[in-house]
This record gives sequence, C-alpha cells and structure tokens, in this order.
Amino acid sequence: MFHRFIRTLASAALLGAFASPALAQDSKVADELAKYREALADGNPADLLEVKGEGLWSEKRGPKKASLEQCDLGLGPGKLEGAYASLPRYFKDTGKVMDVESRLVHCMVTLQGFTVAEATKNWYSRPGTESDIEALVTFIGAKSNGKPINVPATHPEEAKMAKMGEYIFYRRSGPQDFSCSICHGQEGKRIRLQELGNLTTKDGAGTAMKTWPSYRVSQGAVWTMQRRLIDCMRQARWPEPNYLADSIIALETYLQKTATGTVMETPGIKR
Amino acid sequence: MKLKTSLVATFALALSLPAFAQKAVEAPGGKFVKEAEQMFRTSFRADNPKYWMTRLEQDDTMKTCLQYRDNPPRPIGQKLERQNAATIRYPVDGKLIGDWKEGEKLAAVGTGGHIGFIQPDPAGRVRGGNCYACHELAKKEVAYGTIGPSLHHFGKIRGNAEEIVKYAYDKIYNSNAFTACTNMPRFGLHSWLTPEQITHIVAFLVDPESPVNKD
Ligand code: HEC
Ligand code: HEC
Repeated sequence: MFHRFIRTLASAALLGAFASPALAQDSKVADELAKYREALADGNPADLLEVKGEGLWSEKRGPKKASLEQCDLGLGPGKLEGAYASLPRYFKDTGKVMDVESRLVHCMVTLQGFTVAEATKNWYSRPGTESDIEALVTFIGAKSNGKPINVPATHPEEAKMAKMGEYIFYRRSGPQDFSCSICHGQEGKRIRLQELGNLTTKDGAGTAMKTWPSYRVSQGAVWTMQRRLIDCMRQARWPEPNYLADSIIALETYLQKTATGTVMETPGIKR
Repeated sequence: MKLKTSLVATFALALSLPAFAQKAVEAPGGKFVKEAEQMFRTSFRADNPKYWMTRLEQDDTMKTCLQYRDNPPRPIGQKLERQNAATIRYPVDGKLIGDWKEGEKLAAVGTGGHIGFIQPDPAGRVRGGNCYACHELAKKEVAYGTIGPSLHHFGKIRGNAEEIVKYAYDKIYNSNAFTACTNMPRFGLHSWLTPEQITHIVAFLVDPESPVNKD
C-alpha cells in the first residue's frame, strides 16, 4: 500500500505541474486541486475501502452465514491474484460472459444466500450509505495490481461480447448525437479541462482500464467500472441502463480486450 | 483533422475499386450487429419513461455514421450532408444575428438534458449550447475543451458578411449539413436550441463587440 501511495503522489504532482499554468486563473479547478491534495495527504482514500473489502470477503454473512472465500472469479475458487485483470470472461456454470461485479453478485447469491435485490441494493455509495460492492471490488481489483490485463476474448462467447461492445461504442443516438467514440475516439482531446483518452487503442484503453476501480475526488467515492460507464451513458443523455446490464459488460469486454497487456495499477485516483 | 482523414479516404476510394474500399473497414459489431442492437435496447431499466427511451432511436445519419465509424465514403457523406441541409429552419423574422450577451450565457451552460435516476438534471434546469465543452471561444474562459477547433476570433478572422453569418447559423442548427458524421451535435435539428437562441450564439461568434472577437 505504501508503494502505491508514493506512486499516486508522484502522478498527482505530475498532474499538478502539467496543469497549473492554465488552471491558475480558474478557481473551480483550483478548488478541485486543493481537494486532491487533501485527499492525498492520507494516501488514496480507496486504500481504506480495500481494507474494508478484505474484511467483507472473509466475513460469514447472509442467510447461509458463509464467506466469499470460495467464490470463483474465473481462476478457481478463492483464487484472487490476477482475477480482476482477466475479467470479463465466459463462465460455464452460468453460460454467460460476466464482469467482476456480476460475478461477485452471483457469489453473494449462490454462496451467501442473498437475493439479487439485496446484493445490489447499494451497488454504489451515496452520502451516508456505504456500498459493500464498492469495497469488495476495490479489494478484488487490488489483488491484480502489477498483473497485466488479460482478456484475449478467445472463447466464442467472449469474442462475440467484445464485438457487441464495439458496436455500442460507435452507436450514435440521443439529442446530442453522442456515441462513446465522439468523446473517446481520438488522441489528446479534452472536454472542458478533462482529458479523454483514445479508448480504441491499446495505449489509451490501457491507461484508462488499469486504474479502475478509482477514487473520484469530485465525488468523494470509489467508482467501479459499471458506475463509470453508466455515468458516461448519462453524459451521453441516454436513458439509464440496468446495473450489470449486458451492454455494460459488452463495453467492458471490448475495452479490456483492447487494453490487454497493460499492467494494472489500482485503485486509481481521479478528478 | 476530420477533413484531412476524409480527404485521405476520398483519395483511397478514388484509387481502389469502390466495393473493395467499403469492405476494408468492417462495420462495428461485425456479424453481430442485429444481436448487439437488440441487446443494447433491452439493457435499460424498465422504469425509464417511454419518452426517455425514444432517445435511443437513430435517424439515417446516426445509422450511417455508426456503420462507417464516422468516416463515410465521400458520396455517402455528401448525401447525408444534403439531407441534413434540408432540415434547417430560420427564425420567423429572418434575422440571424441576435444578442451576443445572451449568446455568451448559452455558450457557457453545459447542463440540461441529463436523464436517469442517479443524477438527472432537476426539472426546469436551463439547457445551453455547451460550446466550451469542445471549443475555445472568449479568451477569458480557460476551461475549454478541444474536441472541436478554436473559435476564438471567429468574427475577427472571418468577418460578418451575410454568408458567414448564415454559415454560422446553419452550422449550429445542423452541423452535419457541412461535415457528415462530425462530432458536433445538431442543435437545431434536435430542438436542443431554438432558432432564436441560435441567433444569439451567432452574435456571440460574429459581433465585433463580443468577447470572442475583443481580446
Ligand atoms: C459527452 C462526453 C462523453 C461520452 C458521450 C462518454 N464519455 Fe466516457 N468519459 C467522459 C468524461 C468527461 C470522463 C472522465 C474523464 C476524467 O475523469 O478525467 C469519462 C471517462 C470514461 C472512462 C474512464 C477513463 C479513465 O481514464 O479513467 C471510460 C472507460 C469511459 N469514459 C468510457 C465511455 C464509454 C464506453 C462511453 C459510451 C457508453 C462513454 N465513455 C461516453 C465523457 C464522455
Ligand atoms: C461535442 C463537441 C462539440 C460541441 C458541444 C460543439 N461543437 Fe462546434 N464543432 C465540433 C467539431 C468536432 C467541429 C469540427 C468539425 C466540423 O466542422 O463539424 C466543430 C465545428 C464548429 C464550427 C465550424 C468551424 C469552422 O472553422 O468552420 C462552428 C462555427 C462551431 N463548431 C460552433 C459551435 C457552437 C457555437 C457550439 C455551441 C452551441 C458548438 N460548436 C458546440 C464539436 C463540437
């Protein structure tokens, strides 16, 4: 955790140095940067959530009073090292391509006896309401730190999901004619001051995907990839997808496939 | 950059057989297009009101742009541009230059139109052009995006002759009338901005007194 703290600090310093001349005049942005520094003084706040997630993983919970330690995230029951980095993947037992969040919920249902509604009620945190899923995903993500993203999508179902994700990525609709591609399909562009990578290249997708889940300073919370993509659909002015919807998993498969080979550095910290 | 890419594409098209050029880039989704569309449509919460769900409909332009990854072969692009040009409507009094001060406000407002259950815009929230999301305009606003080209000094450089004013109006009303599959929204077509609001933004771009042209 200490190493990561130093790394986060270094990248934030870099960000500050890069951005400061233009930002000096903009007080809103200066506020954001102040919040960054505050957040960083104690390390990435996501580190606390990681610890909480570790506790939740081994705690006996739910109607079946069972822990999640036998949960199979794709590499075998209880095998966590590198699991996040190789999701989404096809699971024989459910016959579906699943991402880390849908698989985790599956384990909460099958191992611990929660209903899907109970397991997903607080899938994201709000002020005053914490989210177990955020904590667990932060913990599971960190177990892939230093591991390369590995979603070659060789299974036919995975290949199909990646293709369907590509379709959604370029699909334009809504009152602003938006698609994912208009914000994330070119190099070196920004919207207002937020930098947007090119998610269609290994480099761009890698830079983005390796840092999730991420603590978002402006939101004061860790966001999972489901949360990130559902919010991008909101920014596109589209209706709201279901949590764990196949279209989100398809986008994740497409992005993780594109990012494959990039080494994970999670939890990240973002604006 | 877009222009350059489409020039290169036209050139490539001219060199190779049209059928071959169209096969070169597979449409996103490949052979799963139909299934992907079906899956996307059924991925939304059942409690989204019907009128929200209509936002997922695609017109010809959107469908074609998707198929060609926003880079349609020139003849197809030209057809889309003609179709889009035909949609442009003007204010009843025919005046295309409004009040730049109103335009300045509209260009800066980035809210409006967000729906969903997590973080929708509150009812009645002003809807703006959000031009700064993608363009530099007045020098004093440093928080501008770069998806579109800088429009700083737009009027100072291009002047405010009738055809420039009309071009600015038309471009904002329906950007695809000039560049098929551009990343710029079609503000008038979608009734995102009214014709009157567009005249205010035109004034913001071309009026010599507007901060776009002042410093
Ligand atoms: C109107 C603009 C817009 C649209 C449309 C949009 N996004 Fe985003 N996206 C953003 C912004 C702004 C951010 C935040 C960047 C930041 O935090 O610096 C972002 C962040 C992301 C990230 C995280 C990037 C990172 O480096 O951590 C991913 C992944 C992403 N978007 C994917 C998508 C996908 C997939 C779609 C389509 C469903 C989409 N976006 C549609 C604006 C958009
Ligand atoms: C999501 C991005 C986006 C938004 C929002 C946007 N634009 Fe654009 N705009 C572009 C892009 C990309 C281009 C260049 C490609 C083209 O010509 O369509 C462009 C081009 C233009 C041009 C033509 C420039 C030239 O040199 O001829 C004008 C004028 C313009 N935009 C005005 C506006 C105004 C005014 C607004 C707000 C009401 C606006 N744009 C909002 C992306 C955007």
